[in-house]
Amino acid sequence: MDISAYTDRFGLLAVGLVAFFAILLALYGLAELASRRDRSRVVALVFLAPAVLFLAIGLVYPALRTVVMSFLSADGSEFVGFENYGWAVTDPDALQILINTAMWIVIVPAVSTALGLLYAVLVDGRAGERIYKALVFLPMGISFVGAAIIWKFVYQYKGSGDQIGLLNQMLVWFGAEPVNWLNESPWNNFLLMVVLVWIEVGFATVVLSAALKGVPTEIVEAARIDGANSSQIFWNVTVPSIRSAIIVVAVTVFIATLKLFDIVRAMTGGHHGTDVLAHNMVEQAFRLNNDGRGATMAVLLFLLVIPVVIYQVRNMRRQELETR
Amino acid sequence: MSTDTKAQQQASRIGESRGERLRRILSSRTASLVAVLIAALWTIPTLGLFISSLRPEDDIRTSGWWTFFTNPTFTLDTYNYVLYSDSQGGGLIRNLINTVVITIPGVIVPVAFAAMAAYALSWINFKGRNLLYVGIFALQVVPLQMALIPLLALFSKGLHLGGVTIMPAWELEGVNTIVQVWIAHSIFGLPLAIFLLHNFMRELPADVMEAARIDGASHSQIFRKVVLPLVTPALASIGIFQFLWVWNDFLVGRTFAPGEATRPLTAVLGDMAGTWGFGWTRLPAAAFIAIIVPLVVFLLLQRYFVRGLLAGSVKG
Repeated sequence: MDISAYTDRFGLLAVGLVAFFAILLALYGLAELASRRDRSRVVALVFLAPAVLFLAIGLVYPALRTVVMSFLSADGSEFVGFENYGWAVTDPDALQILINTAMWIVIVPAVSTALGLLYAVLVDGRAGERIYKALVFLPMGISFVGAAIIWKFVYQYKGSGDQIGLLNQMLVWFGAEPVNWLNESPWNNFLLMVVLVWIEVGFATVVLSAALKGVPTEIVEAARIDGANSSQIFWNVTVPSIRSAIIVVAVTVFIATLKLFDIVRAMTGGHHGTDVLAHNMVEQAFRLNNDGRGATMAVLLFLLVIPVVIYQVRNMRRQELETR
Repeated sequence: MSTDTKAQQQASRIGESRGERLRRILSSRTASLVAVLIAALWTIPTLGLFISSLRPEDDIRTSGWWTFFTNPTFTLDTYNYVLYSDSQGGGLIRNLINTVVITIPGVIVPVAFAAMAAYALSWINFKGRNLLYVGIFALQVVPLQMALIPLLALFSKGLHLGGVTIMPAWELEGVNTIVQVWIAHSIFGLPLAIFLLHNFMRELPADVMEAARIDGASHSQIFRKVVLPLVTPALASIGIFQFLWVWNDFLVGRTFAPGEATRPLTAVLGDMAGTWGFGWTRLPAAAFIAIIVPLVVFLLLQRYFVRGLLAGSVKG
């Protein structure tokens, strides 16, 4: 390998890192000066400056700008009112996207959480529990794109006869005709969801398994002595005890699902009726050059997470009160 | 859960009918079966891709990876091609290097800035601290899609307010566009990193801080000499989060460094998979090159990752 062809990249990396450490040193110097003069507000300012500056310029301002852009035309030159939103809720293609997104955000969190809980309960206390969990957890380390490629090969379709994709080969083994899965609307949507579920179940398992270990054994014993059977104990003791962990898992998966772009992009490119909000947003803005519609899709995405934000902030406030 | 099984055994001794016992054994068998089934379902697809990546092109094209077990054929040619070939679909070493160059600052910068911010938010008293924290906390769930278009415009056109130029256009070209990816990743990684580090730092014992303060240590000294060493495990878990996120990212890389030569590996792979053109037989090898690094890091440092996950979620 000829490293010299890439000196420009490594040079950039070196310059970037040196610049970054210089900034850090300067900030520490400033903080030190302010500290000596006992100006803790200035110290706080210095410590917070980089993060707040980044967030203000790179997230808050752009988000507000996106809201404005959603009321502008494709190139942002004129005000069009709610025209983009009108398009989003009346155009058949756009409606399809909203319906798909709705299916995704209901099905994926529900299935991931349920499967994660089931698996956590099944392997709890079993010999080799750690290995069981590690196997399911592994996909968490794989990128969405990598997972999409892995599953694209599972779904692969080849005319008739022996298949390359495992799913179709199983059909052939059972004497059925192979199916071009990813082109079969609306079923292809569910096959795409499988990929995200495959990634998120590991997360659900780990969090819920830790929560299960926290359920006091005395309560379980007491219920058993009172004559409750396993499923009664599960629904009336275990599930309520880990309720907050279940909610956190579902909410986290919900947000990940909403932002999903990669899997759709790599598996179907949004064709064959599989497009979703986050993917279409990028399509509109960067391929079709319609910033207005792209921004509208982003705002719709944000509207869907607002209830979650409110819930989270409330939850945090309540916890702060409890710990005080 | 050995106490549970003991309790079950006890229950089985106390007046359990034969039918009940049979059902319990059956359900335990079913439980094992389901557990094994799920574990297999979660492993086989990846195994299939790995085997495919090692098979010769003609074999990938004509038969499934499972035929490898009856007819083992093995080659590293595909890896060689996708990494080093000058022909189409090759030369991914360049994109792999891009990924590395993007990832290092993409992890260090946000973690460092987040640590500073989290310290200020947890141990320096100033007006509006709680409000600021709630604001940053809420930013965690703002989809990065909300920022994509304007942030890109910010880099390419600068920021002007009523004819006054607040920030000029950056006009970065070629390899230098990677700087934009660093900054974008740093921005998008900050809210979660600040939230998690704040969770850890707030739980440090107050008397340790007090003692250091009485000894005449300044805030920046306390931060470097007391707090950072104590939260090293937390820094590690957040570092792993951010590493996985940046290395595996597709959208940010392809948006902010869109050139063929500057794209990270995942961006190339995503588009290769999306078009599924000629050369799809090389996709397994290419994908595995991208997958293997985070997977190894993930397996080795899983403990830290899980700790961060639990700190971030079970509490929240």
